[in-house]
Amino acid sequence: MENFIQLITSDFFLAALVSGLCLAIIAGPLGSFIVWRRMSYFGDTLAHSALLGVAIGLLTDSDPQLSIILSCLVLGVLLAFLDRNPSLSTDTLLGILAHSSLAVGVVFISLANSLRVNLEAYLFGSMLTISSRDLVWVFLITAIVILALAKNWNNFLSATVHAEIAEVEGINVKQSNLILVVLVALTIAVAMKIVGVLLITSLLIIPPAAARRLAKTPEKMALIASLIGSLSIILGLFGAFFLDSPAGPTIVVIASIFFAVLYFYPSASNKN
Amino acid sequence: MTHNKDTVKSNSELLLATEGVSKSISSKTILQDINLKIHEGQILTLIGPNGAGKTTLIRIILGILRADKGSIYLRPSLRIGYMPQKLIINSTLPITVAGFLRLVRPRKDNEAANLLERLGINHLKGQQITSLSGGEMQRVLLARALLRDPHLLILDEPAQGVDIAGQSKLYDLINEIRAEKGCGILMISHDLHVVMSTTNEVVCLNHHVCCHGKPEDISNDPAFLELFGASSSNNLAIYAHHHNHEHDMTGQIKSSE
Repeated sequence: MENFIQLITSDFFLAALVSGLCLAIIAGPLGSFIVWRRMSYFGDTLAHSALLGVAIGLLTDSDPQLSIILSCLVLGVLLAFLDRNPSLSTDTLLGILAHSSLAVGVVFISLANSLRVNLEAYLFGSMLTISSRDLVWVFLITAIVILALAKNWNNFLSATVHAEIAEVEGINVKQSNLILVVLVALTIAVAMKIVGVLLITSLLIIPPAAARRLAKTPEKMALIASLIGSLSIILGLFGAFFLDSPAGPTIVVIASIFFAVLYFYPSASNKN
Repeated sequence: MTHNKDTVKSNSELLLATEGVSKSISSKTILQDINLKIHEGQILTLIGPNGAGKTTLIRIILGILRADKGSIYLRPSLRIGYMPQKLIINSTLPITVAGFLRLVRPRKDNEAANLLERLGINHLKGQQITSLSGGEMQRVLLARALLRDPHLLILDEPAQGVDIAGQSKLYDLINEIRAEKGCGILMISHDLHVVMSTTNEVVCLNHHVCCHGKPEDISNDPAFLELFGASSSNNLAIYAHHHNHEHDMTGQIKSSE
């Protein structure tokens, strides 16, 4: 018990908790869009390629968080343009990009091993080593995403429901899709430190999927997803402490349990 | 710009004109040299076999696709209400009818309620979009298009998935709204027997404009008959049959121009 009190008042735990909650809050609505627009593979590709950003950061000796953000942004925009070209099989292309960039990233990072980089930290997250500098990034990006979502919510939703009607009604669909991709890229860039490259997408899509059956409107689904995500972060962090397991995967396990329970539980909201 | 005044009231304003619009998609010609005009209060119906380029033309007019050649004239500050062929909403997206309609800002607030009442969908407001029947869905889509108080309504097969009784009701309603608001209507339709009684002008499209004119003229146009004869489509067969019984024109060859 003393341990526990010590834990929850310690700086590293609080940093982990706060950054995790920030991520969960923005992942709710953004993840909902990813689910609605069937973009989960897209998010995966972006996440895997984020490792390239780490490698580039190491090679150029720059702030890794900055190089991760930049490479996620560049790739996100690139992928958004590729997505507009229907003659390419997007599915295959994303698969190739996701895994080749992951592989290139891993190879580069191991080549730069003299810098004592912990590859596992990037693959599965290292929540308990979040620095105050990381926290600044998390706050900054959370603020950007929340503001952008609030400002563009109706446009995003309209473009998701029916892109052509939205276009005719005067919404710049291409631009709003691009903004959405940029927000996802930013979120993935900060989520990397928290849950790691391999589990980022799960934190984006599992809470909305779990929230689906409880919600009758898009706004409620996003909100409930944020709640489920936040609960997963809290329970996952405590779970990781008691089980002595890595925090990122524990959080994802909790989120998956939420999903399984809500999906298979015959709830009252079942009637629609 | 003035060559087809025979089909149009001279005092109504031009809303839309396409001039020489052509479009190829992966080296296949979809549209070739399409010229159309729609004036206020006019209904123009596009007919033609599947794959004739009707929806492509509409997408070009809406600015979703770009034409390879030709130009589109839209009256300045023209508001278009668009009703797509279908609305497929991902089942992971929960959205009610009210939520769907709220995505468009109505021009006049109090009109929204009237409109829903009139379309007979007021009681559906709280329902999930995905739970609607075909006819209900089409009326919701029409409501969304009308909420913008459009000058030009563009309808892509508005009666798709609607039962026969509902079809003529829907077309009556569309006609009523046109008469009331004086908006122009561009419509794709396969429901030829209904369309012929309501439309002012028919354009028969099969990559190029086969023929165009008033319904009673066009039904005897050789290009029109040839197209229907060559097609195995049931809709067209029904239509040809319908005309065989009408015998409203004696001369079989009568150019629409």
